[in-house]
Amino acid sequence: MRRIGVFVCHCGTNIAATVDVKTVAKTLGKEPAVVYATDYPYMCSEAGQNIIKDAIKEYQLEGVVVCSCSPRMHEATFRKMVAAAGLNPYMLEIANIREQCSWIHKDMQQATIKAIVLGRAAIAKVLLNAPLTAGESPVIKRALVIGGGIAGIQTALDIADAGYPVDIVEKEPTIGGKMTQIDKTFPTLDCSSCILTPKMVECSQNENITIYSYSEIEAVTGFVGNFSVKIRRKARYVDEDKCTGCGLCTEKCPVKNIPDAYNLGLSNRHAAYIPFAQAIPNVALLDSEHCIKLIKGKCGLCSKVCSAGAIDYEQTEKTIEQQYGAIVVATGYNPINIDGYDEFAYSQSKDVLTSLEFERILKADGPTEGHLQRLSDGKQPKALVFVQCVGSRESGSTHGCGKEYCSKICCMYTAKHAMLCREKYPDTDVYVFYIDVRTPGKNYDEFYRRAVEQYGVHYIKGMVGKVAPQADGTLDVQASDLIANEQLHIKADMVVLAAAIEADKTARPLATMLTASMDTNDFFTEAHAKLRPVESPTAGVFLSGACQGPKDIPDTVAQAGAAASKVIGLLAKDKLSCNPCTAHSDELKCNGCSSCANVCPYGAITYEDKDFSRRRDGSLIRRVACVNGAVCQGCGACTVACPSGAMDLKGFATSQIMAEVDAICK
Amino acid sequence: MQDTMKKRASELLADGTIARVLGWKNGEFVYDPTPAVFDSAEELEEGFVYHDFCGNNLSKYLIKLSRLEGKTLVFLKPCDSYSFNQLLTEHRIIRENVYIIGIPCDGKLDPDFVRASGAEGILGITTDGDTIVVDTMYGNVTLQKNACLLERCRNCKSHQVMVYDEILGENGEINEACGRFDEVEKLESMTSDERYAFWRNELSRCIRCNACRNICPACSCEMCVFDNPASGVSQKAAADSFEENMFHIIRAFHVAGRCTDCGECSRVCPQHIPLHLLNRKFIKDINTFYGEYQAGAEAGSRSPLVNFTQDDCEPNIVCKGGSK
Repeated sequence: MRRIGVFVCHCGTNIAATVDVKTVAKTLGKEPAVVYATDYPYMCSEAGQNIIKDAIKEYQLEGVVVCSCSPRMHEATFRKMVAAAGLNPYMLEIANIREQCSWIHKDMQQATIKAIVLGRAAIAKVLLNAPLTAGESPVIKRALVIGGGIAGIQTALDIADAGYPVDIVEKEPTIGGKMTQIDKTFPTLDCSSCILTPKMVECSQNENITIYSYSEIEAVTGFVGNFSVKIRRKARYVDEDKCTGCGLCTEKCPVKNIPDAYNLGLSNRHAAYIPFAQAIPNVALLDSEHCIKLIKGKCGLCSKVCSAGAIDYEQTEKTIEQQYGAIVVATGYNPINIDGYDEFAYSQSKDVLTSLEFERILKADGPTEGHLQRLSDGKQPKALVFVQCVGSRESGSTHGCGKEYCSKICCMYTAKHAMLCREKYPDTDVYVFYIDVRTPGKNYDEFYRRAVEQYGVHYIKGMVGKVAPQADGTLDVQASDLIANEQLHIKADMVVLAAAIEADKTARPLATMLTASMDTNDFFTEAHAKLRPVESPTAGVFLSGACQGPKDIPDTVAQAGAAASKVIGLLAKDKLSCNPCTAHSDELKCNGCSSCANVCPYGAITYEDKDFSRRRDGSLIRRVACVNGAVCQGCGACTVACPSGAMDLKGFATSQIMAEVDAICK
Repeated sequence: MQDTMKKRASELLADGTIARVLGWKNGEFVYDPTPAVFDSAEELEEGFVYHDFCGNNLSKYLIKLSRLEGKTLVFLKPCDSYSFNQLLTEHRIIRENVYIIGIPCDGKLDPDFVRASGAEGILGITTDGDTIVVDTMYGNVTLQKNACLLERCRNCKSHQVMVYDEILGENGEINEACGRFDEVEKLESMTSDERYAFWRNELSRCIRCNACRNICPACSCEMCVFDNPASGVSQKAAADSFEENMFHIIRAFHVAGRCTDCGECSRVCPQHIPLHLLNRKFIKDINTFYGEYQAGAEAGSRSPLVNFTQDDCEPNIVCKGGSK
């Protein structure tokens, strides 16, 4: 019988207010094998840890049970502590009596009974614990950044600056992301391209950075320090090394009626195209869905005019495989599709725009070359109505596409739009309908107040109910003014809808490949909302920018830098200590059926033919499973898939789990 | 058929293609033939039989035989060929060491039905199409074959031999319209109390002879959990009769996704427990939740239970009855 010590934490009042910790300690102290039990306000504090250390020595403890918060919180802390006291760190078990007990119960008597039962289960398990030793695995000193918007660019630049090679994988033909489409940036109103373009150029010139544009992630295997990633490089039909970006092919291409994604379909482009003037890489590509040569085999004009000989109709997509120590997700956001918001007449009138489309109108390389014009008749609008929260903060969405969350950036960009209109065209009337104006942030509220006070933008608290296109080309905006408590009709020339933003569609399949968790809105979940905001719970996967939640540019850049610093911290290590709680196969029971290898998400299981010849039975070669301890992450999928019960997990053996269940059911 | 098989096996033995033949010989009675290995033409001539009582699925024996020196010839009926493929998938059989002769099958007989139809004291049997003539101690009895088929043959899922090196006669076809899930549906339509009572009654007859486990081609573990002292379930006196019943539930879980529905478990059960219904329930559920899947239809296929695709339904949907 082992000598077990039990230590019950009050966690201030977090546990002690709902669980009678004294009774828990006293009751568990009477369990067989328990030679010492006590309680303390904060076990994780230095004084608390010292109580455990002293008890280990004084009572010659062989196993320790701490009844406290979730092991995700302090398992590492307590493991380190028992190791310092001379025990194997894996001779520790944590009974989670906070998250799984005191926080979710109100009745003290019941919670106390439950805490005792959870403690008993931990004691039952620790009695079967065996000392484990962690191995080591090397760290590949190369990082992957998925997404080449401002988040990905900043993360890559910071990692490269620290001297580590970093690859950017961007699904579009150019890096730059949403910021390339934006005209001015709040709260300083400097030009978006002017601050972004130098960073894009720096990416292409930095020798530590490789840009895989027009490429997508196909598969990810491995684990922290040792990821192996397959990257699918889509065919551009243009040799990236030869193309000089002169743009001649894009001018001569006879197919010119394709909606231009850069301008959100507000203008057309050719089938041979460079997304925009500052594209990085500055390389043309052929749109395989529309290029006549690629569809019908005729034309070939672009090839004729290309003096560099860069056009290659035979190009096919290629898959490359590369190893990385760390992966940063920077997949960004998109405005939601607002076709479902029929009341705003978005699909009925060319003069009802989303805010991102309005950015294109304002920007010099947009469809109107930066002039504020109606797309219907080219006239300058005299009255503009901005509608905030279109699809944001909707509970029980009736449109089917609304989001419950606040999209965070809309209040500020709408103030910016309103201000820019009044600045350039003082003869316009600008109305903004809002539910709340939310402008926390350095110089943000001042910015909004400037729009109201200095630029005379009409801010009206209330929601627009209907936008009706009129015969004279104007838009009748029906809304309620909640402060004046009256219904309004505004004759507007243009209506701009602040559409909610959502995670990019590629995020969900990517999360599956990375085994990184997501919330219900497809935003990546951080390891800890407050204390580990740029790390995914999956080790070695980091989060940058709006893939983690709606963010403006300053927040994105700050998070991008933080993610980079975490990556640098990881890549700076030569070795990582492995998790010793890995699977192992009992060769005498294994029949080599491959069920375990089929379910292993890490590819940690291989097979070998082993000689089991015995004098009695004659020669026998059998196929048995072998687990690579450095690759195994201890998820346990194999242990339940194994039909023979040959697979077991160190630290979480089936016998230990059954002992816990038995202790709970006793 | 028996003579054709014997002749072909002798040829292959003679030209050195194979080292031995896995087939059937008669047991104590003609209606209980047993699997047998023949090493020479003489042994074949003496003991090899093939008739409508030869229901035994031979695939499982190849786990050992395919590890011997030289090739083993095996005769596989359609349902046995599914088991063979499944064992190949699980790397239990070394394919290169096996020579398969596929044999078409139009159903095997249940000796109990034959006896119950008035043919006591069976001495021999001849089949002529739909009619069987049973030679008994009391003279010949002529019976309709259909009325005496094993349950699995009445609901035969496939007449097609799925894997073979050569085939004797014409290969058959998969029987899509077989009614093998009808009984499962009846059980599903019961209330849970009725179903519980049904299984308690059926399983109460179990004498733990282990015949179902030993015959089952999916039960090919090196060490069965029920024989493993460390598993906590082996050789332990059952606390109550319900725990005893759990043997079959655990076994059904262990073979889930791997069971080809060969029906051997029910065929060999001396207590006539309809064990195949447990396995068929799993097969039916897998089909419902993850799309049609037939274990052993091809070698190397991955059962949905050990596979993952991004459009797999979520567990909460599985609870509600599946996405497909």
